[in-house]
Amino acid sequence: MNFDHRPARISRREVIKWFTTAAAAAQLGPNSIWGAEDDALPPGYGSDPKVAAIYERGDVWPLTLDDSQRRLVTFLADLILPEDEYGPAASALRVPDFIDEWVSAPYPKQRATRKRILPGLEFMDKLSEKKFGRKFTELSPAQGTAILDATMGQSGGDDLAQNAASFLHDFTSLCMGAYYGTPAGWKAIGYVGNMPLPSFDGPPQHVLDRVGVVQTVK
Amino acid sequence: MPTISIDQAKDEYDVVIVGSGAGGGQMAYTLTLAGIKCCMLEAGRSYDPVTETPMFNRPDQAPLGGASTPDKDLGFWDSTIDGGWEMPDEPYTQGCTDKDEQFTWWRARMMGGRTNHWGRISLRNGPYDFKPYSYDGLGFDWPISYEEVAPYYDKVEMLIGVHGTNEGMENTPDSPPGVLQPPPKARIGDLVAQKAGKKVGVPVVSIHRAVLTKRLDADTIPAKLHPGNKWAQDIVAKSMRARAACFWATPCNRGCSIKATYQSTTVHLPPALDTGNLDIIPNAHVREVMVGPDGKATGVLFIDKTTGREERVKGKAVVLAASSGETVRILLNSKSNRFPDGIANSSGKVGKYIMDTVAMSLRGQIPALENLPPHNEDGTGGAHVYSPWWAYGDQRQGKLNFARGYHIEIGATRRMPGGNSPVSMSYLRGLYGTKLKEEARRYYGSFISLASRGEMIPNEHCYAEIDPVVKDKWGVPVVRWHWKWTENELNMVMHGQETFAEMINEMGGTVVSKMAKTGYDIIRPGGNVKHEVGGARMGDDPSDSVCNKWSQTWDVPNLYLCDASSFTSNPDKNPTLTIMAMAWRCADRIIAEAAKGNV
Repeated sequence: MNFDHRPARISRREVIKWFTTAAAAAQLGPNSIWGAEDDALPPGYGSDPKVAAIYERGDVWPLTLDDSQRRLVTFLADLILPEDEYGPAASALRVPDFIDEWVSAPYPKQRATRKRILPGLEFMDKLSEKKFGRKFTELSPAQGTAILDATMGQSGGDDLAQNAASFLHDFTSLCMGAYYGTPAGWKAIGYVGNMPLPSFDGPPQHVLDRVGVVQTVK
Repeated sequence: MPTISIDQAKDEYDVVIVGSGAGGGQMAYTLTLAGIKCCMLEAGRSYDPVTETPMFNRPDQAPLGGASTPDKDLGFWDSTIDGGWEMPDEPYTQGCTDKDEQFTWWRARMMGGRTNHWGRISLRNGPYDFKPYSYDGLGFDWPISYEEVAPYYDKVEMLIGVHGTNEGMENTPDSPPGVLQPPPKARIGDLVAQKAGKKVGVPVVSIHRAVLTKRLDADTIPAKLHPGNKWAQDIVAKSMRARAACFWATPCNRGCSIKATYQSTTVHLPPALDTGNLDIIPNAHVREVMVGPDGKATGVLFIDKTTGREERVKGKAVVLAASSGETVRILLNSKSNRFPDGIANSSGKVGKYIMDTVAMSLRGQIPALENLPPHNEDGTGGAHVYSPWWAYGDQRQGKLNFARGYHIEIGATRRMPGGNSPVSMSYLRGLYGTKLKEEARRYYGSFISLASRGEMIPNEHCYAEIDPVVKDKWGVPVVRWHWKWTENELNMVMHGQETFAEMINEMGGTVVSKMAKTGYDIIRPGGNVKHEVGGARMGDDPSDSVCNKWSQTWDVPNLYLCDASSFTSNPDKNPTLTIMAMAWRCADRIIAEAAKGNV
């Protein structure tokens, strides 16, 4: 897949109609649809974890997303960070596992994220069903991007529209933290490092020239 | 790291040292190499950086990508063990509910203490810094001069390895030729900041950090550190040969398994243990200094955290190097008929005049750094350049509305991404797909952070006392903090904001931080830089200070304070290098006293 960001081709009136009818279908108001979920919390990793160990997602607390939530997370993450000339799709870099670990964590920040992400996933399905008559994961990539175009970056509109935009903003942020924490993600963003070197030579000459500075440390 | 339990301890040691960080480590190093038998007590567990450091671990290999949590405040790989801003078993309290008058206290419970995660920034106090009252009429003078401490700075820099340059700047001392290690090359953002700084009159030069940019010269340095002591020289040479030079990867705050940076656990404690003169007892939570009928210290009483039992270890002298706050706690909790207000507190100055570093930061986005060709900027795993305080002249001419100065720590690097979004999401709002990746690549590495680290004038509102009610898990009364910034600090951070905005503007960039309207909006809370110093200051007058110029308490001649508690002021230079220099100097005093039969 190779999706470019495109401006929304759907009218604002239609977008508002989606949100309203989706919420009505779910019989949820702007508060309840983004409401809280409270489970018994597992312990964290404590103040003396084995920091040098290599961890897999799920090693320190159970992952909690169910199958349908994981399918939706995977589909959405791959729309946001698809395979292209910069690198593989999010799912190939296990971004959904990272998101599952994040929303399953016992810490306050992650619990707060969970309370935004889980209702957000549910709402994406409602939007999709209202617009296309199918669950979000059953959409074609073009249909998925149509929903993203209509939803992302909303700054005005009612609470539902803003909450949907806010959810996608949060979700994208999680995807970014996961995707760019991998060797393939490093390549995609242009990070070079985490390898031993015999010397540190500073920025290469072509970088110095481009920025218009000279190396002053002898 | 080899340790013993209390039942393996000797009946009595020459010196009992409380704390294994910069002060305790230096003390143990110097004393044991002089043949003095020491017992060190560490409140946390043993720790081995060689096997426990996550050197190349990636975000996709750590919980939450390594992001910070309440269990690990500074992120999963920060080397701090069983510590942080809050420790449930060892709470502290506040004297005031007003947030602006509260103190934040960072602690570690591990061998080597905070030297495992510190920033490695190693700056000498200058001549003005030891005589601040004489310089501008504020605060208090130290009872010593720069010239008296300089030889110890030389020795510490040679021992631990500090890279940097001599710039000949006012009140920013040069090191003697051959002492400093070569500086690392500047990163691209460093050079952009340097170019802008030149235009606005702010110098940007190589920073001094305790990172080996080449291996230490084990053939010549030990003889300079320990002249006439071949046994000590051989031990130190062996330790130096076990340290590798930086291989230009992994952040220093994770610790360093190849021993390229200074940590007490890789530089001070290994040679001290090699002498056979050091026993270390971990998990030892010291409650008080014990005193004999003659008023001299006889050792310390501690709680063995592994058993919960009270234990005692005896010594002919006691050194407290537990960190300013903990040393104050131990002194004030050491009450007896002879010392009803706490030991060494006849002046009433124990706990008084606590200081931290005055700090704020401003972040800028620099278009010239966008979309740069990928290149490796890991470097030493910390800052490569900084700005020493530059405006002494303006200050003397009355052009500034605050006293003393601040240095600037410059953060500009294409550091390892992961865990959190590598680019602020405000730059990526509404994007997805290839466009999102393009914009992330465009902005990655284009942000510069300028952080001020300034000097606070000691004031009577900043102090630590014992909470009359609250005790920790082991029944030890805890510290209650009092804090208040003054106009001086608040004006200083506003000056920093103005200066940094000017620099960012000169770089062609945009300030992305919210601009503060008052100093309170931007100053970091007291204690937040983890540079708490003072609380048992040294001086010339026993009625107005806790210890003399040798860090020896006036009231108890065999009790010494070798952390930053004895500091009289807190220059912008960051305290760790000075803690070590002062500890070495104090150790020489103890050695001299021992030679006279006084220890």
